[in-house]
Amino acid sequence: MKITMKEVDHVARLARLELTDDEKERMRAQLDSILSYIDKLNELDTSAVEPTSHVLPMMNVFRDDEVRPSLSQEEALANAPDRQDLFFRVPRILE
Amino acid sequence: MRPTGRISSSASRGSWSDRVDLCRLTVHELHELLRKREVSSTEIVRSYLDQIMQRDGKVRAYMTLTEEAALQQAGAVDRQLAAGRVLPPLAGIPLAIKDVLCTKGVRTSCSSKILEPYVPPYDATVIRRLKAEDAVLLGKTNMDEFAMGSSTENSAFFKTRNPWALDCVPGGSSGGSAAAVAADLCAAALGSDTGGSIRQPASFCGIAGLKPTYGRVSRYGLVAFASSLDQIGPLAKDVRDCALLLQAIAGHDPCDSTSANLPVPDYSAALAGDVRGMRIGIPDEYFIEGMDPEVDGAIWTAIRTLEELGGKQEKVSLPHTPYAVATYYLVATAEASSNLARYDGVKYGFRISKPADLLEMYQKTRREGFGPEVRRRIMLGTYALSAGYYDAYYLKAQKVRTLIRRDFERAFERCEVIATPTSPTPPFTFGEKTEDPLQMYLSDIFTISVNLAGLPAISIPCGFTKAGLPIGLQLIGKPFDEATILKVAHAYEQATDWHRRKPPL
Repeated sequence: MKITMKEVDHVARLARLELTDDEKERMRAQLDSILSYIDKLNELDTSAVEPTSHVLPMMNVFRDDEVRPSLSQEEALANAPDRQDLFFRVPRILE
Repeated sequence: MRPTGRISSSASRGSWSDRVDLCRLTVHELHELLRKREVSSTEIVRSYLDQIMQRDGKVRAYMTLTEEAALQQAGAVDRQLAAGRVLPPLAGIPLAIKDVLCTKGVRTSCSSKILEPYVPPYDATVIRRLKAEDAVLLGKTNMDEFAMGSSTENSAFFKTRNPWALDCVPGGSSGGSAAAVAADLCAAALGSDTGGSIRQPASFCGIAGLKPTYGRVSRYGLVAFASSLDQIGPLAKDVRDCALLLQAIAGHDPCDSTSANLPVPDYSAALAGDVRGMRIGIPDEYFIEGMDPEVDGAIWTAIRTLEELGGKQEKVSLPHTPYAVATYYLVATAEASSNLARYDGVKYGFRISKPADLLEMYQKTRREGFGPEVRRRIMLGTYALSAGYYDAYYLKAQKVRTLIRRDFERAFERCEVIATPTSPTPPFTFGEKTEDPLQMYLSDIFTISVNLAGLPAISIPCGFTKAGLPIGLQLIGKPFDEATILKVAHAYEQATDWHRRKPPL
């Protein structure tokens, strides 16, 4: 077994995904089969290989720090599921 | 191909049955008719809207239609024509846009419940560029949710059908865009390609589809799936149209720091000339056991056609090909798990009603907002990035990615383009691969390496199975050398007529 139910629980919590018990078992089995397939990467010795995170030979891209036009507060809030005045509204965080 | 006199003269009469013919034309043919003022943009747009009314109930390519805006835009183009203005190649031409690209004021759902109510306050750079050319946007097309899938079955809303066989999938994830082009529901379309999502549906729907080099086209306003792999590109009725669309959308954009600051060549001019002496790389690893024999046969016939045109077959090796799918499903899911963390029900999109607290709001919003495949990939990516597994999975995959890139660098020392099948099989039927995610992943086996290496590649039609299902040929190029694959694809297209065939709708 590549991945346990406990790990599925842990990863679901990290990803902020709620899963029912049935879904968890199904997810575990599917991830298990995908991870077993992925194991074939271990056939390759990569100890001397540099990782590729990006294909373009570019480093940091800078621009001048100057004020430019951007969305208005109204435009930025137009899609908010819940708002109050000029703020996004969420459930209370502090007691 | 020039439009026949019958089409142009009858179009100006404008009877219904003649207007259907307009929908069969390519972008460059429509541009010619507009330029000569034999037809108006309004007539073209109305023909397409009629055609959509007639056919889209069967095909279901569109998520959203923007009929009124399209007719307004067409009217504006017609006024410019009447004023004698010379129009850019896409002016007045009706295009469809995959629902992964932000369109100001037009819902952009990514075929996901979590973005169902989302109306972007801005245009993606590619949309801004199309609008600058006065292109007409007909609507937004269906896709696999967040571009995750190879059949468009993962749309949260409905299934799109393959115009060539309504019981088959159109491919994915740009299945709506591919089906819309194949069924003549738009003149051409934009899609996005993270692991084959333009090329595989183009292959399945018998049309041309181009994934540009990573960095060639700005990703600003493309809803992110895997940021180091995603590219936007055209799906079209022929190669010349692909060149026209790429021309319109390519180039540096300060809003996307990964867009390359390199000159953009004239892609239409690059189509001229022949392929004599061109070395066509054939990788052994792409002609594997288990490949559909009809696909295999069609690809070899296509390679012989390229030889007859003066191309030279060159054996090349891409030895790490068998590791591409595993590498991709770590890199892409890791990036996706990070990109999709933004869907928290706070700033836009769906939120569950009356959450007890913040954690419940996140967990239940994401549970109800994401479909099963998206949840699976978020889980896999989160796992691969989590403490204790990062080195074994994510870092390992990034290292194998280096080996896959090097394979291509070596192969391209011996050839100018690489020819392969786009997909190991013709279109499959609904439900055939939905139960086993791994089988669905393996259907991208020939397209995925190209994204990992950041290369440009095009799929063009190269035959049909006995059952009448399209088969696609993939041509892979060197970085930023779209011009060469367009040239080879165009030469092949000139020598064949697969691209002129129409589905029996």
